[in-house]
Amino acid sequence: MVEHIAPDLIEVKNLEKRFALDEGFLETVKFRGGKIVREKREVHAVNNVSLSIAKGEALCVVGESGCGKSTLARLVVGLLKPSAGEVLYGGNRVDNLSAREMLPYRRKMQMIFQNPYASLNARMSIEQALYEPVKVHNPRLTRAEIFDKVAEVMQAVGVDPSWAKRYPHEFSGGQRQRIAIARALTMDPEFVIADEPISALDVSIQAQVLNLMLEAKEQRGLTYLFITHDLSVVQHFGTRVAVFYLGSLCELADTKTLFDNPKHPYTQALLSAVPKLSDNAPSHIRLKGEIPTPINLPPGCPFASRCVHANSRCTTELPAPLQKPDGAIVACHAVEEGRID
Amino acid sequence: MSLLSVRDLVVKFAMRHQTLTALDQISFELAQGERLGIVGESGAGKSITGFAILNLLSQPGFIAGGKIMFDGKDMASLSAEEMRLIRGDRIAMIFQDPMVTLNPVLTIGEQMVETLQAHRKISRRDAEKIAIVKLREVYIPAPEERLSQYPHELSGGMRQRIIIAIALLLDPQLIIADEPTTALDVTIQADIMELLLELCTNNKVSLILITHDLGVVSQMTERTLVMYAGKIIESGKTREIVNDPQHPYTQGLINALPQQTVPGQQLKQIPGNMPGLGSLPSGCAFHPRCDFATDVCKKTAPEFVSFADVKVACHEVARLHQTKEAEAKDG
Repeated sequence: MVEHIAPDLIEVKNLEKRFALDEGFLETVKFRGGKIVREKREVHAVNNVSLSIAKGEALCVVGESGCGKSTLARLVVGLLKPSAGEVLYGGNRVDNLSAREMLPYRRKMQMIFQNPYASLNARMSIEQALYEPVKVHNPRLTRAEIFDKVAEVMQAVGVDPSWAKRYPHEFSGGQRQRIAIARALTMDPEFVIADEPISALDVSIQAQVLNLMLEAKEQRGLTYLFITHDLSVVQHFGTRVAVFYLGSLCELADTKTLFDNPKHPYTQALLSAVPKLSDNAPSHIRLKGEIPTPINLPPGCPFASRCVHANSRCTTELPAPLQKPDGAIVACHAVEEGRID
Repeated sequence: MSLLSVRDLVVKFAMRHQTLTALDQISFELAQGERLGIVGESGAGKSITGFAILNLLSQPGFIAGGKIMFDGKDMASLSAEEMRLIRGDRIAMIFQDPMVTLNPVLTIGEQMVETLQAHRKISRRDAEKIAIVKLREVYIPAPEERLSQYPHELSGGMRQRIIIAIALLLDPQLIIADEPTTALDVTIQADIMELLLELCTNNKVSLILITHDLGVVSQMTERTLVMYAGKIIESGKTREIVNDPQHPYTQGLINALPQQTVPGQQLKQIPGNMPGLGSLPSGCAFHPRCDFATDVCKKTAPEFVSFADVKVACHEVARLHQTKEAEAKDG
């Protein structure tokens, strides 16, 4: 085992989330082959995922749309209740707490979403939007103290505090995202979950927002769970990377290890698909077929249907995550058997 | 002779209180079979350029000046009917979001047959045959079955492939692709880009690829235009622009990419935002964000001048070249 210098802030054990497609009794009644049967279909969004995030770390979760990245983020922050498994924060189980019991943890965990225009209330000025969370979580502070804090945080994210009376539509996309980050930072959180925070922004603005998040990490010692599909951002921002495919963890490794020596065939395909400035023509590992639906998951490895290394074992038996000598955790039969290195 | 020639194109938007200039003196040429990339941030005028070529600008936008020649014909002199015959037939356009482009209540087959019958006198059965051939060309499995499917039954990557198949139906000479893969995952993006490149090279189709992703431009195109606030600020061979960008904005765009910085270090960001069209700064529109800006940059807009292989609109670049030339003469 690789020894963690810092203790784990977040621990996720055998986490699962299934969404029922057929909610009511009548929806479950189906007509199959001349018989009336009851059938409940479920979307398997997150399947048996275990991972931990050490204090001060930036864990990046990558994968394609629909692979369960955002569901994982929402499970960790407590916006969704897991179907099975546990979420631990600083050693305490938090997934089964009541809303009231959860409140002290809510302050320590803050979330940043993809579209700041949707996450900021259009009818609240920036000042109001930033005032409210401080007030709720620090009921003892006076009005003046809260306003001071709001101004301080606006300054910290590079938005002029004299614009506090303005409304979200008066700001550009990058400014809005910085305000959303400001709102998360007003709570002095320990742990920030960012769900695609820069994918809606232009390249030059992406750099501004990423720099801001890096700065906050260094100055405040923040721990991040960073959800993204952009691998060049991961390489820059993450200390460790978790690669997801169809709700399952394929590979988890230090950023450098993962980019230097990707082991899972899916990680290899994903890394090869990133267009680079030095490329003259597309050069990527071509995946065959389409992503299977998460409704009827195949019994074996979820990636088997598109994998060039798949054999009969892959289609029948689910690979278990195994640790490699360099610390990477890989769930792949081919890697385990030494068929690929 | 070039297939498409755009000269001094000016596009304006007539607003209630003022007229905004969205495109300012855009000029470029495109040869048959050539692939051109247009790069810039949102609001730079990339998409407007694509729309203007097809005369698809809607109110309040209008072409206020300049000339667009396609295959020797002046596009401005064409009637609405003649323009309709060029659109989709000689020039095809691919948009960002396939779900918006495809009609959700018509099957794939109906949409493909409709497109063919709008431009050719052809029976339904023959049109379907062509449709199947084109679907096969874009690697769609079981194309015969797809014809009777609706767009919502297909995945995002599959839908974008269908859009490309529809664009190819009438064997166009030029494809304008406006952010064709921005809504798709990286592995699917790589597939679609490879497909587009293959189709363009095999059939000698010209391509205008509008994107914000310099990596994609680098893979796909031979020449690149960089746009900022409605103007072309740099143009040249893609390799040259990517390896040795001249304009401070192009340099900034490339340096801002995470792959250009040591992991964990601060990224080299371009300060500020692109100005709105209603509040363009005087002189060079980039000067408030530029590290090299001098008094000249604040007062006069730089001309778009050729230096060796590239064309750049920047006072600083022009000054550097002058000193270099003077040194070369002296030495």
